[in-house]
Amino acid sequence: MLAYNATSMNSPAPAILTVTGLSKTYSGGFQALKAIDLEIQQGEILALLGPNGAGKTTLISTICGIVTPSTGQVSVNGYDIIKDYRQTRSMIGLVPQELHTDSFESVWNTVSFSRGLFGKAPDPAYIEKVLKSLSLWDKKDNMIMTLSGGMKRRVLIAKALSHEPTVLFLDEPTAGVDVELRKDMWNIVRKLKSEGVTIILTTHYIEEAEEIADRIGVINKGELILIEEKQSLMQKLGKKQLILDLVSPISSVPEALSGYQLEMNEEGSKLIYTFDTQGERTGITSLLDDLKSAGIGFHDLNTTQSSLEEIFVSLVSDAATEQPTA
Amino acid sequence: MNVHGILAIYRFEMARTRRTLLQSIVAPVITTSLYFIVFGAAIGSRIQEVGGIGYGAFIVPGLIMLNLLTHSISNASFGIYFPKFVGTIYEMLSAPISTIEVVLGYVGAAATKSLILGLIILATAAFFIDLQIAHPFVMLLFIVLTSLSFSLLGFILGIWADNFEKLSVVPMLVVTPLVFLGGSFYSTDMLPPFWQSISLMNPVLYLVSGLRWSFYEIAEVDVWVSMASIIGFLLLCLGIVVYIFKTGYKLRS
Ligand SMILES: Nc1ncnc2c1ncn2[C@@H]1O[C@H](COP(=O)(O)OP(=O)(O)O)[C@@H](O)[C@H]1O
Ligand SMILES: [Mg+2]
Repeated sequence: MLAYNATSMNSPAPAILTVTGLSKTYSGGFQALKAIDLEIQQGEILALLGPNGAGKTTLISTICGIVTPSTGQVSVNGYDIIKDYRQTRSMIGLVPQELHTDSFESVWNTVSFSRGLFGKAPDPAYIEKVLKSLSLWDKKDNMIMTLSGGMKRRVLIAKALSHEPTVLFLDEPTAGVDVELRKDMWNIVRKLKSEGVTIILTTHYIEEAEEIADRIGVINKGELILIEEKQSLMQKLGKKQLILDLVSPISSVPEALSGYQLEMNEEGSKLIYTFDTQGERTGITSLLDDLKSAGIGFHDLNTTQSSLEEIFVSLVSDAATEQPTA
Repeated sequence: MNVHGILAIYRFEMARTRRTLLQSIVAPVITTSLYFIVFGAAIGSRIQEVGGIGYGAFIVPGLIMLNLLTHSISNASFGIYFPKFVGTIYEMLSAPISTIEVVLGYVGAAATKSLILGLIILATAAFFIDLQIAHPFVMLLFIVLTSLSFSLLGFILGIWADNFEKLSVVPMLVVTPLVFLGGSFYSTDMLPPFWQSISLMNPVLYLVSGLRWSFYEIAEVDVWVSMASIIGFLLLCLGIVVYIFKTGYKLRS
């Protein structure tokens, strides 16, 4: 998690949400989250990528109060999600993955209901603004069950925004959504960001994360395996690291190998060579030759980026095989 | 205290009743009228007075109890069960509202509906027979306490149930028989001694008896025993709700 540390050191923005050692084992015994550590900065857009069943929804649900954590802590703006749940939940808006809506209520009533439920006094002018921004104004008196899937998704967003949250969770907001709504959605997200709202969204489309996010986190099998600024991630994606386990530790990288810009771990037992898979030549062959002539033996080697690549490959193939549902 | 939240749930539930007015008000009124026509007029005219009052008047408290019990349970249980079933419960669970406040919203609304229904049944009865109420305040107290405690029971049932069958099994297979066997339509004096003592194990008997006392000052058991029973039951249900509140039982995974 080197990258994670580097990131949080670089950014001056305060953390609005801190997750420490969060794990969740469901009553059936299945561990859906394994000691997640995560810091989210105020005003950023974080995209959580991960294949189906990775634990994205569980993570979000735990932060929002729907799932009880097994171990670990979550705090929002300094408040603990269990002890100070009233403060944390007031700050959070959630758009769930599934289209869970009432059927017989009108759009206006269901959005006003949400505002009340979250403890806010009625404010028709604000509800009107939200409905208009989501192109729901002319549907305000319609019964929810008469709306299309895309419209229902908008209603869920309106409900989540009804109490003016400062942190918004969007759980796979674009799954089964048409192009127009997707475009609208990103406009809304950008606008909310400009108003200072922190946004955490999940998706299994890499391009989406690329398009909208400031930072990208990847979850797989309940573990947060990576979290990085999008920019540096995109650069790194084209790069790979070759890690050599040395037979005997060295105190410094020999002069003869200086051209490779090798890194060394603290104990001097590993050499790390970063190369660009997209470059003309990787330089691996000559590096191995030069190591040999420098008399440095190694008993194992592996490339780190491969696992990350595998994840992305599996993500992409997931996305490619999934049919839009609406 | 999230007062806006409680009110939001309360209003939502009351609006649901207005949408299902036929089922929640009109149907019970028709059923009750049928009871009066069949039991009160047709059969009752051939039945001697029970405990010194006409048969039609005798069954009024039992009919009110029957309605209060079944409707409190079904209203409150459906109210909380349905969001679980369609998934909209996510919003309640992610809202800054405590379980007790959620209970206040749902149970408050269900009890309000039952109270209104009880009074409507009373009015329906007055249409068929010449009503006299000896202790109106005690009657109201019984109706309010019964509505509240059985709405609580309904809420618990709605939390516990994970399918529609479980939801309907308690009102249909437990409550209705208990009401019918609880001296709603007869006095236990009419039963052989063995069945009289069995009847005393039926909790509903105490409710019907207490409510009947408030009307006619006749009772199977002392009215204070009835009052103590319903208050005890209310406390029991409250205890279970507090347990649900503390553990998140069946609400949060
Ligand atoms: N209520 C639950 N009980 C037991 N297992 C669950 C429950 N909810 C989710 N899971 C399991 O936890 C894992 C993570 O699920 P989820 O968080 O929904 O993943 P994602 O949102 O990344 O697709 C899956 O294997 C899922 O089957
Ligand atoms: Mg999910």
